Amino acid sequence: MHAIWCIAQKELKDGLRNRWIVAITLVFALLSIGISWFGAAASGMVGFTSIPNTIISLASLAVFLIPLIALLLAYDAIVGEDEDGTLLLLLTYPLTKAQLLLGKLLGHGLILGISTALGFGSAAVIIALFASDVDLYALSVAFTRFILSATLLGVVFVAAAYFISSLVSEKSKAAGMALITWFLFVLVFDLGLLGLLVATDGQFNPELFPYLLLLNPTDVFRLINLVGFEGSGGGLLVMASEVEFGYMTLFGVLIGWLLLPLSAAYWAFSRRKI
Amino acid sequence: MSVVHLENVKKDFDGVAAIKSLSLNIDEGEVLGLFGHNGAGKTTTMKLILGLLEPTEGKVSVFGHAPTSSHFSDYRYRLGFLPENVSFYQQLTGKEVLTYFAKLKKVNKSRVYQLLDEVGLSHAANRKVKTYSKGMKQRLGLAQALLTEPKLLLLDEPTVGLDPIATQDFYQMVDQLKKSGCSVILCSHVLPGVEKHIDRAAILGNGQLQALGTLSDLRKQAKLPLKIQIQGELNQDILCSELENITMDISSLDDKTLEINALESQKVHILREIMKHPGVSDVDIQPPSLEQLYRYFVENDVNTGNIDRSHFMNSQAKQKEGVQ
Repeated sequence: MHAIWCIAQKELKDGLRNRWIVAITLVFALLSIGISWFGAAASGMVGFTSIPNTIISLASLAVFLIPLIALLLAYDAIVGEDEDGTLLLLLTYPLTKAQLLLGKLLGHGLILGISTALGFGSAAVIIALFASDVDLYALSVAFTRFILSATLLGVVFVAAAYFISSLVSEKSKAAGMALITWFLFVLVFDLGLLGLLVATDGQFNPELFPYLLLLNPTDVFRLINLVGFEGSGGGLLVMASEVEFGYMTLFGVLIGWLLLPLSAAYWAFSRRKI
Repeated sequence: MSVVHLENVKKDFDGVAAIKSLSLNIDEGEVLGLFGHNGAGKTTTMKLILGLLEPTEGKVSVFGHAPTSSHFSDYRYRLGFLPENVSFYQQLTGKEVLTYFAKLKKVNKSRVYQLLDEVGLSHAANRKVKTYSKGMKQRLGLAQALLTEPKLLLLDEPTVGLDPIATQDFYQMVDQLKKSGCSVILCSHVLPGVEKHIDRAAILGNGQLQALGTLSDLRKQAKLPLKIQIQGELNQDILCSELENITMDISSLDDKTLEINALESQKVHILREIMKHPGVSDVDIQPPSLEQLYRYFVENDVNTGNIDRSHFMNSQAKQKEGVQ
């Protein structure tokens, strides 16, 4: 535990030092405040509309940004240390490979958690202060759920980045593969599902369809922030509203999505030539 | 009990043997010089001892335990390692880097300052590592290896990038560590200067030990000539003819200097002859240097290759006889 915490602290300090935390927080804060206030501008309204609308807009933003940020944050976690020669050194320290991975995960998780909480939290605070007729309880529940799931989504992609980082021998290759991963999960997967629907004239087994969404952590994240808001949401997620997944199930699936790349990362790291 | 014990260790990389067969023992407080040219297996040997690689065959034990086992973590506190190329964390200061490594080894902060002072980095402690010269990084690496007052220290090319004074300081530190019971493995291909500070030398070549022993053992084994230089006002022709029946390898450097190459066993005879001449003003005896020994044992490997081949031809010849 001592070693894990040492490494997590270092990652966290690095995050502060290289301004990652500040940058991510600012991006999230500006975008989320903007969306909360001007999200309904298209329909001729300016100002806060409703909690469901706001959360759903924020989710569609976060689903693009968070995986990208997480991958960028962590793609060089292993291969970077290897290139600097510090990996060789660290492994001669009282420290196992699992502890090294978990320490980094904790550190990167904290970076994402802090930035997400501060960034999106500031939008919640502004809504609570300036919007009229807001159910504060509902607001805090919705934003807490949003921030938790967003952080978890980020950590899933951090773990995916570790897997990539453990596999390759050059930093640039890791960056490229991280970008491909982002592209596959955030864009290609949903397009593929849409294509499937169109190709089958919407006749594709409707019972099976919602479960296909669980195969992509970004869709699980969107489902978490959609559940409970009646008749809202757009695109593919409408298809899922026929099956009600509970929060527990969805968070469970997301945690499963964390364990999968993390185990893969450990496997690849153990086999890596030092 | 020996601190490091390697028994018939073999290590393959994708079917190619990096270490063919290696047995080695290092005792407490012993300084072993591990020498060999590039690709001889020095770094692989170090990694095997550090538990970063699993031997393909044979047994490695450090402090009496397999270094690749999971419970070896507890023994790593007593282990210091200086890698050959380490650039550390460029964006951190020297002090921050050392503090991080100290925390991982549960060493308190006062030791960090003490070490920075000892390796002469106090003035640069708050500068980022990316501004450090090669020698400064090397000193930081050294400080890092010494955090816990280790019982076993592995140093890969420790003096690369160090200036002569820093090198001297470094060797003095090795001597001190040795006195306090720390075993040291010094891995290097830079040979001058290291002789006085190692107990034994291991010369690696082709994935196996070409020679192992104290320097005087190796000198005896190699039977390399020692060099005797005589200076003074003397009749060189007479002296040469007197020494002729001991050794022929005499050359005149100038009219006041003679150089004789002779075997260890001939030394006393030669000196006795020389001393009969009143004109001799100075005699200088140089035993073969580590560099010459290294050359001898590494090149000797080529010879054993030849012997192997002739052995192979012999067995072929025998087979032919058998056919007949």
